[in-house]
Amino acid sequence: MDTAREQDLIAQVQRGQHELFYELIRPYERRVYAAAIAILRNEIDAEDVAQEAMLKALANIRQFRAEAKFSTWLIQITVNEALMRRRRQRTAMTEGIDDQRDEDGDYAPRDFADWREIPSEALERKEVRQKLAKALASLDLKYREVFVLRDMEQLNIQETAEALGISVASVKIRLLRARLMLRDLLAGGWERGWFSRLPFEKGAKPW
Amino acid sequence: MVGRDPITCDQVLGEISNYLEGDVTPSVRASMDDHFHTCPRCRSVLEGARNVIRLYRDERMIDVPSGFGRRLEKRLARDARTLRPTWSSWSAWLIPVAALALFAGGLRWANSLTTAHPLQSQHAQPAKGIPPEMTVVVSVGAKEFHVPGCPFIHNKDQERTLTAREAVREGYVPCVRCMRKYLETASNTSGSSATVAIADVETDDNR
Repeated sequence: MDTAREQDLIAQVQRGQHELFYELIRPYERRVYAAAIAILRNEIDAEDVAQEAMLKALANIRQFRAEAKFSTWLIQITVNEALMRRRRQRTAMTEGIDDQRDEDGDYAPRDFADWREIPSEALERKEVRQKLAKALASLDLKYREVFVLRDMEQLNIQETAEALGISVASVKIRLLRARLMLRDLLAGGWERGWFSRLPFEKGAKPW
Repeated sequence: MVGRDPITCDQVLGEISNYLEGDVTPSVRASMDDHFHTCPRCRSVLEGARNVIRLYRDERMIDVPSGFGRRLEKRLARDARTLRPTWSSWSAWLIPVAALALFAGGLRWANSLTTAHPLQSQHAQPAKGIPPEMTVVVSVGAKEFHVPGCPFIHNKDQERTLTAREAVREGYVPCVRCMRKYLETASNTSGSSATVAIADVETDDNR
Protein backbone atom coordinates (compact mmCIF):
# COMPACT_ATOMS: atom_id res chain seq x y z
CA MET A 1 0.00 0.00 0.00
CA ASP A 2 1.45 3.37 -0.89
CA THR A 3 1.73 6.14 1.65
CA ALA A 4 -0.96 8.31 0.10
CA ARG A 5 -3.45 5.46 0.14
CA GLU A 6 -2.55 4.68 3.74
CA GLN A 7 -3.03 8.29 4.81
CA ASP A 8 -6.32 8.41 3.01
CA LEU A 9 -7.52 5.25 4.76
CA ILE A 10 -6.39 6.54 8.15
CA ALA A 11 -8.34 9.75 7.63
CA GLN A 12 -11.45 7.83 6.62
CA VAL A 13 -11.26 5.49 9.60
CA GLN A 14 -10.71 8.49 11.87
CA ARG A 15 -13.92 9.95 10.48
CA GLY A 16 -15.76 6.84 11.59
CA GLN A 17 -15.56 4.45 8.66
CA HIS A 18 -14.48 1.55 10.83
CA GLU A 19 -15.17 -1.00 8.13
CA LEU A 20 -12.03 0.19 6.32
CA PHE A 21 -9.77 -0.53 9.28
CA TYR A 22 -8.87 -4.06 8.32
CA GLU A 23 -7.75 -2.94 4.88
CA LEU A 24 -5.55 -0.38 6.62
CA ILE A 25 -3.82 -2.83 8.94
CA ARG A 26 -3.65 -5.85 6.67
CA PRO A 27 -0.11 -5.10 5.41
CA TYR A 28 1.10 -5.16 9.02
CA GLU A 29 -0.85 -8.03 10.49
CA ARG A 30 2.08 -10.43 10.28
CA ARG A 31 4.37 -8.01 12.06
CA VAL A 32 1.75 -7.42 14.71
CA TYR A 33 1.54 -11.13 15.33
CA ALA A 34 5.35 -11.45 15.40
CA ALA A 35 5.58 -8.77 18.09
CA ALA A 36 2.98 -10.56 20.19
CA ILE A 37 4.49 -14.02 19.84
CA ALA A 38 7.97 -12.68 20.67
CA ILE A 39 6.73 -11.55 24.04
CA LEU A 40 4.21 -14.27 24.82
CA ARG A 41 5.69 -17.34 23.11
CA ASN A 42 2.27 -18.91 22.93
CA GLU A 43 0.37 -18.93 19.66
CA ILE A 44 -3.09 -18.74 21.17
CA ASP A 45 -2.23 -15.85 23.46
CA ALA A 46 -0.31 -14.09 20.71
CA GLU A 47 -3.24 -14.25 18.33
CA ASP A 48 -5.67 -13.06 20.96
CA VAL A 49 -3.40 -10.20 21.96
CA ALA A 50 -2.88 -9.25 18.31
CA GLN A 51 -6.64 -9.03 17.87
CA GLU A 52 -7.12 -7.08 21.09
CA ALA A 53 -4.34 -4.71 20.11
CA MET A 54 -5.92 -4.01 16.74
CA LEU A 55 -9.27 -3.33 18.38
CA LYS A 56 -7.52 -0.94 20.73
CA ALA A 57 -5.81 0.72 17.79
CA LEU A 58 -9.19 1.18 16.14
CA ALA A 59 -10.72 2.59 19.31
CA ASN A 60 -7.86 5.08 19.57
CA ILE A 61 -7.37 5.79 15.91
CA ARG A 62 -8.11 9.48 16.41
CA GLN A 63 -5.07 9.75 18.64
CA PHE A 64 -2.78 8.69 15.82
CA ARG A 65 -0.79 11.63 14.53
CA ALA A 66 0.34 11.79 10.93
CA GLU A 67 3.93 12.58 11.84
CA ALA A 68 4.31 9.08 13.37
CA LYS A 69 4.76 5.93 11.35
CA PHE A 70 1.54 3.95 11.34
CA SER A 71 3.23 0.54 11.45
CA THR A 72 5.33 1.60 14.43
CA TRP A 73 2.24 2.88 16.20
CA LEU A 74 0.51 -0.47 15.68
CA ILE A 75 3.53 -2.41 16.90
CA GLN A 76 3.83 -0.26 20.01
CA ILE A 77 0.18 -0.83 20.90
CA THR A 78 0.69 -4.56 20.36
CA VAL A 79 3.80 -4.62 22.54
CA ASN A 80 1.92 -2.81 25.31
CA GLU A 81 -0.94 -5.28 25.12
CA ALA A 82 1.42 -8.24 25.11
CA LEU A 83 3.41 -6.91 28.05
CA MET A 84 0.22 -6.36 30.03
CA ARG A 85 -0.94 -9.87 29.24
CA ARG A 86 2.40 -11.30 30.26
CA ARG A 87 2.41 -9.37 33.52
CA ARG A 88 -0.97 -10.82 34.35
CA GLN A 89 0.18 -14.31 33.49
CA ARG A 90 3.60 -14.32 35.02
CA THR A 91 3.88 -16.16 38.26
CA ALA A 92 7.39 -15.28 39.37
CA MET A 93 8.89 -18.17 37.48
CA THR A 94 12.26 -18.49 35.81
CA GLU A 95 11.89 -15.58 33.43
CA GLY A 96 11.24 -13.24 36.29
CA ILE A 97 14.42 -14.39 37.94
CA ASP A 98 16.39 -14.14 34.70
CA ASP A 99 15.24 -10.57 34.26
CA GLN A 100 16.94 -9.58 37.48
CA ARG A 101 20.36 -10.60 36.24
CA ASP A 102 23.02 -8.01 35.96
CA GLU A 103 23.33 -6.73 32.41
CA ASP A 104 26.75 -5.22 32.68
CA GLY A 105 28.72 -8.43 32.42
CA ASP A 106 30.39 -9.03 29.08
CA TYR A 107 29.15 -11.67 26.76
CA ALA A 108 31.89 -13.72 25.20
CA PRO A 109 31.12 -15.40 21.88
CA ARG A 110 31.47 -19.11 22.19
CA ASP A 111 32.56 -19.96 18.70
CA PHE A 112 34.99 -17.88 16.70
CA ALA A 113 35.06 -20.25 13.78
CA ASP A 114 34.39 -18.56 10.49
CA TRP A 115 30.68 -18.64 9.81
CA ARG A 116 29.76 -19.55 6.32
CA GLU A 117 26.91 -17.30 5.36
CA ILE A 118 23.45 -18.79 5.41
CA PRO A 119 21.89 -17.70 2.13
CA SER A 120 18.48 -16.07 2.17
CA GLU A 121 17.21 -18.76 -0.20
CA ALA A 122 17.58 -21.18 2.66
CA LEU A 123 14.55 -19.50 4.25
CA GLU A 124 12.40 -21.15 1.60
CA ARG A 125 12.93 -24.34 3.55
CA LYS A 126 10.55 -24.75 6.38
CA GLU A 127 13.03 -26.63 8.54
CA VAL A 128 15.47 -23.73 8.28
CA ARG A 129 12.79 -21.27 9.37
CA GLN A 130 11.86 -23.56 12.20
CA LYS A 131 15.48 -23.80 13.35
CA LEU A 132 15.75 -20.04 13.35
CA ALA A 133 12.47 -19.65 15.21
CA LYS A 134 13.53 -22.21 17.75
CA ALA A 135 16.86 -20.50 18.32
CA LEU A 136 15.06 -17.20 18.87
CA ALA A 137 12.54 -18.79 21.22
CA SER A 138 15.37 -20.20 23.31
CA LEU A 139 16.58 -16.70 24.25
CA ASP A 140 15.53 -15.21 27.52
CA LEU A 141 12.62 -12.90 27.10
CA LYS A 142 14.48 -9.67 27.71
CA TYR A 143 16.86 -10.42 24.83
CA ARG A 144 14.22 -11.87 22.56
CA GLU A 145 11.82 -8.93 22.80
CA VAL A 146 14.52 -6.38 22.06
CA PHE A 147 15.82 -8.40 19.12
CA VAL A 148 12.35 -8.87 17.65
CA LEU A 149 11.38 -5.24 17.94
CA ARG A 150 14.64 -3.89 16.58
CA ASP A 151 15.76 -6.48 14.05
CA MET A 152 12.51 -8.06 12.93
CA GLU A 153 9.99 -5.26 13.41
CA GLN A 154 12.62 -2.68 12.55
CA LEU A 155 11.69 -0.19 15.20
CA ASN A 156 14.64 2.05 15.91
CA ILE A 157 16.53 1.89 19.20
CA GLN A 158 14.58 4.75 20.74
CA GLU A 159 11.22 3.31 19.72
CA THR A 160 12.20 -0.08 21.05
CA ALA A 161 13.15 1.46 24.38
CA GLU A 162 9.85 3.33 24.55
CA ALA A 163 7.80 0.30 23.59
CA LEU A 164 9.37 -1.82 26.29
CA GLY A 165 9.69 0.93 28.88
CA ILE A 166 13.44 0.46 29.27
CA SER A 167 16.42 2.72 28.71
CA VAL A 168 18.18 3.16 25.39
CA ALA A 169 21.37 1.87 27.05
CA SER A 170 19.57 -1.33 28.08
CA VAL A 171 18.28 -1.82 24.56
CA LYS A 172 21.80 -1.56 23.17
CA ILE A 173 23.27 -4.01 25.66
CA ARG A 174 20.47 -6.53 25.19
CA LEU A 175 20.61 -6.18 21.44
CA LEU A 176 24.32 -6.90 21.41
CA ARG A 177 23.84 -10.01 23.48
CA ALA A 178 20.85 -11.22 21.50
CA ARG A 179 22.71 -10.89 18.22
CA LEU A 180 25.81 -12.61 19.52
CA MET A 181 23.86 -15.39 21.18
CA LEU A 182 21.89 -16.07 18.01
CA ARG A 183 25.06 -16.08 16.03
CA ASP A 184 26.52 -18.65 18.39
CA LEU A 185 23.41 -20.76 18.23
CA LEU A 186 23.27 -20.79 14.47
CA ALA A 187 26.88 -20.71 13.37
CA GLY A 188 27.79 -24.29 13.98
CA GLY A 189 24.45 -25.62 12.83
CA TRP A 190 24.75 -24.45 9.26
CA GLU A 191 28.26 -25.74 9.00
CA ARG A 192 27.04 -29.10 10.14
CA GLY A 193 24.24 -29.24 7.63
CA TRP A 194 21.43 -27.98 9.86
CA PHE A 195 20.01 -31.43 10.27
CA SER A 196 22.08 -32.33 13.25
CA ARG A 197 20.88 -31.06 16.57
CA LEU A 198 22.05 -27.57 17.34
CA PRO A 199 23.91 -26.93 20.58
CA PHE A 200 20.92 -25.35 22.34
CA GLU A 201 18.76 -28.30 21.40
CA LYS A 202 20.94 -30.57 23.44
CA GLY A 203 19.74 -28.75 26.51
CA ALA A 204 22.83 -26.73 27.23
CA LYS A 205 22.84 -23.07 26.29
CA PRO A 206 26.24 -21.82 25.20
CA TRP A 207 26.09 -18.83 27.58
CA MET B 1 46.93 1.68 11.52
CA VAL B 2 49.39 4.50 11.99
CA GLY B 3 48.07 7.20 14.29
CA ARG B 4 44.99 5.25 15.34
CA ASP B 5 44.43 3.92 18.81
CA PRO B 6 44.69 0.15 18.84
CA ILE B 7 41.54 -1.58 20.00
CA THR B 8 41.28 -4.96 21.71
CA CYS B 9 39.05 -7.89 20.75
CA ASP B 10 36.95 -7.34 23.89
CA GLN B 11 36.40 -3.72 22.99
CA VAL B 12 35.47 -4.65 19.44
CA LEU B 13 33.00 -7.30 20.58
CA GLY B 14 31.46 -4.84 23.03
CA GLU B 15 30.83 -2.36 20.22
CA ILE B 16 29.99 -4.76 17.43
CA SER B 17 26.24 -4.23 17.72
CA ASN B 18 26.60 -0.45 17.77
CA TYR B 19 28.94 -0.76 14.78
CA LEU B 20 26.20 -2.54 12.87
CA GLU B 21 23.76 0.18 13.91
CA GLY B 22 26.13 2.87 12.64
CA ASP B 23 26.15 4.11 16.21
CA VAL B 24 29.87 4.58 16.83
CA THR B 25 32.07 7.61 16.37
CA PRO B 26 34.11 7.86 13.15
CA SER B 27 37.34 7.24 15.03
CA VAL B 28 36.01 4.11 16.75
CA ARG B 29 34.68 2.88 13.42
CA ALA B 30 38.03 3.39 11.79
CA SER B 31 39.80 1.54 14.60
CA MET B 32 37.33 -1.33 14.37
CA ASP B 33 37.68 -1.52 10.60
CA ASP B 34 41.41 -1.85 11.06
CA HIS B 35 40.88 -4.55 13.64
CA PHE B 36 38.54 -6.57 11.42
CA HIS B 37 41.18 -6.58 8.70
CA THR B 38 43.67 -8.20 10.96
CA CYS B 39 41.52 -10.33 13.31
CA PRO B 40 39.65 -13.22 11.64
CA ARG B 41 37.89 -14.12 14.90
CA CYS B 42 36.28 -10.72 15.32
CA ARG B 43 35.54 -10.57 11.61
CA SER B 44 33.76 -13.90 11.91
CA VAL B 45 31.60 -12.61 14.74
CA LEU B 46 30.78 -9.45 12.78
CA GLU B 47 29.76 -11.41 9.69
CA GLY B 48 27.77 -13.85 11.77
CA ALA B 49 25.85 -11.10 13.55
CA ARG B 50 25.19 -9.36 10.26
CA ASN B 51 23.91 -12.61 8.83
CA VAL B 52 21.63 -13.12 11.82
CA ILE B 53 20.07 -9.70 11.35
CA ARG B 54 19.61 -10.22 7.63
CA LEU B 55 17.96 -13.61 8.09
CA TYR B 56 15.57 -12.59 10.83
CA ARG B 57 14.64 -9.39 9.09
CA ASP B 58 13.28 -11.40 6.22
CA GLU B 59 9.49 -11.32 6.03
CA ARG B 60 9.45 -15.09 5.57
CA MET B 61 10.67 -15.45 9.12
CA ILE B 62 7.30 -14.34 10.41
CA ASP B 63 5.11 -17.38 10.49
CA VAL B 64 1.51 -16.67 11.34
CA PRO B 65 -0.95 -19.43 12.18
CA SER B 66 -3.13 -20.53 9.32
CA GLY B 67 -6.30 -18.41 9.10
CA PHE B 68 -4.88 -15.66 11.30
CA GLY B 69 -5.84 -12.83 8.95
CA ARG B 70 -9.33 -14.18 8.38
CA ARG B 71 -9.98 -14.49 12.10
CA LEU B 72 -8.62 -11.01 12.74
CA GLU B 73 -10.88 -9.54 10.09
CA LYS B 74 -13.86 -11.37 11.54
CA ARG B 75 -13.15 -10.20 15.07
CA LEU B 76 -12.74 -6.62 13.94
CA ALA B 77 -16.01 -6.77 12.04
CA ARG B 78 -17.78 -8.21 15.07
CA ASP B 79 -16.31 -6.13 17.87
CA ALA B 80 -15.88 -2.85 16.06
CA ARG B 81 -19.65 -2.48 16.25
CA THR B 82 -19.52 -2.49 20.04
CA LEU B 83 -16.92 0.25 20.13
CA ARG B 84 -18.18 3.59 21.25
CA PRO B 85 -18.81 5.67 18.19
CA THR B 86 -16.04 8.14 17.65
CA TRP B 87 -16.69 11.80 18.20
CA SER B 88 -16.52 12.47 14.51
CA SER B 89 -19.31 10.07 13.61
CA TRP B 90 -21.55 11.55 16.29
CA SER B 91 -20.81 15.10 15.53
CA ALA B 92 -22.60 15.15 12.21
CA TRP B 93 -25.97 15.09 13.93
CA LEU B 94 -25.23 15.58 17.61
CA ILE B 95 -24.07 19.15 17.38
CA PRO B 96 -27.07 20.53 15.47
CA VAL B 97 -29.43 18.65 17.80
CA ALA B 98 -27.66 19.98 20.88
CA ALA B 99 -27.67 23.49 19.44
CA LEU B 100 -31.37 23.23 18.66
CA ALA B 101 -32.12 22.00 22.17
CA LEU B 102 -30.15 24.86 23.69
CA PHE B 103 -31.83 27.36 21.39
CA ALA B 104 -35.31 26.05 22.18
CA GLY B 105 -34.56 26.00 25.88
CA GLY B 106 -33.26 29.52 25.68
CA LEU B 107 -36.33 30.71 23.84
CA ARG B 108 -38.63 29.15 26.37
CA TRP B 109 -36.71 30.71 29.21
CA ALA B 110 -36.70 34.10 27.55
CA ASN B 111 -40.40 33.76 26.82
CA SER B 112 -41.14 32.99 30.43
CA LEU B 113 -39.40 36.19 31.43
CA THR B 114 -41.43 38.35 29.10
CA THR B 115 -44.90 36.84 29.20
CA ALA B 116 -45.31 35.23 32.56
CA HIS B 117 -44.68 38.13 34.86
CA PRO B 118 -43.44 37.49 38.34
CA LEU B 119 -46.37 36.97 40.58
CA GLN B 120 -47.44 40.20 42.16
CA SER B 121 -48.44 38.61 45.45
CA GLN B 122 -46.45 36.51 47.80
CA HIS B 123 -49.69 34.63 48.43
CA ALA B 124 -49.44 33.11 45.02
CA GLN B 125 -50.93 29.68 44.83
CA PRO B 126 -52.21 27.36 42.22
CA ALA B 127 -55.58 28.33 40.92
CA LYS B 128 -56.60 25.71 38.49
CA GLY B 129 -59.99 25.69 36.97
CA ILE B 130 -60.42 29.41 36.26
CA PRO B 131 -62.00 29.97 32.84
CA PRO B 132 -59.49 32.03 30.78
CA GLU B 133 -62.21 34.26 29.33
CA MET B 134 -63.88 34.89 32.66
CA THR B 135 -64.24 38.55 33.52
CA VAL B 136 -62.25 39.49 36.58
CA VAL B 137 -61.45 42.72 38.39
CA VAL B 138 -58.10 44.16 39.34
CA SER B 139 -57.25 47.47 40.91
CA VAL B 140 -54.22 49.75 40.89
CA GLY B 141 -51.69 48.84 43.53
CA ALA B 142 -53.27 45.47 44.26
CA LYS B 143 -51.81 42.08 43.46
CA GLU B 144 -54.87 39.91 43.09
CA PHE B 145 -57.65 39.56 40.64
CA HIS B 146 -61.20 39.08 41.86
CA VAL B 147 -64.63 37.96 40.91
CA PRO B 148 -66.59 41.18 40.26
CA GLY B 149 -68.26 42.32 43.47
CA CYS B 150 -65.73 40.67 45.75
CA PRO B 151 -65.66 42.58 49.04
CA PHE B 152 -61.91 42.31 49.27
CA ILE B 153 -61.04 44.50 46.31
CA HIS B 154 -58.73 47.32 47.33
CA ASN B 155 -58.94 50.80 45.78
CA LYS B 156 -62.36 50.12 44.33
CA ASP B 157 -62.37 53.52 42.64
CA GLN B 158 -59.42 52.49 40.51
CA GLU B 159 -60.55 49.03 39.50
CA ARG B 160 -60.70 47.78 35.93
CA THR B 161 -62.03 44.67 34.35
CA LEU B 162 -60.21 42.23 32.13
CA THR B 163 -60.18 38.54 31.42
CA ALA B 164 -58.56 35.98 33.70
CA ARG B 165 -56.05 35.22 30.94
CA GLU B 166 -54.99 38.86 30.78
CA ALA B 167 -54.81 39.15 34.55
CA VAL B 168 -52.54 36.12 34.79
CA ARG B 169 -50.38 37.47 32.02
CA GLU B 170 -49.98 40.72 33.91
CA GLY B 171 -48.90 38.88 36.99
CA TYR B 172 -52.02 39.02 39.08
CA VAL B 173 -52.94 36.04 41.20
CA PRO B 174 -56.41 34.85 42.10
CA CYS B 175 -57.95 36.13 45.28
CA VAL B 176 -57.98 33.12 47.54
CA ARG B 177 -61.35 34.06 48.96
CA CYS B 178 -63.66 35.11 46.18
CA MET B 179 -62.07 33.04 43.47
CA ARG B 180 -62.10 29.84 45.51
CA LYS B 181 -65.71 30.45 46.39
CA TYR B 182 -66.52 31.12 42.75
CA LEU B 183 -64.80 27.95 41.60
CA GLU B 184 -66.55 25.85 44.22
CA THR B 185 -69.87 27.20 43.11
CA ALA B 186 -69.03 26.74 39.44
CA SER B 187 -67.98 23.17 39.89
CA ASN B 188 -71.15 22.41 41.81
CA THR B 189 -73.41 23.92 39.22
CA SER B 190 -71.82 23.24 35.84
CA GLY B 191 -69.06 20.79 36.51
CA SER B 192 -65.55 21.30 35.29
CA SER B 193 -66.16 21.02 31.60
CA ALA B 194 -66.36 24.77 31.02
CA THR B 195 -63.19 25.60 32.82
CA VAL B 196 -59.58 25.71 31.72
CA ALA B 197 -56.69 25.59 34.06
CA ILE B 198 -54.55 28.66 34.56
CA ALA B 199 -51.69 26.45 33.55
CA ASP B 200 -53.46 26.00 30.25
CA VAL B 201 -53.81 29.73 29.91
CA GLU B 202 -50.10 30.11 30.40
CA THR B 203 -49.37 27.35 27.95
CA ASP B 204 -51.55 29.04 25.39
CA ASP B 205 -49.60 32.20 25.85
CA ASN B 206 -46.40 30.42 25.05
CA ARG B 207 -47.60 29.08 21.75
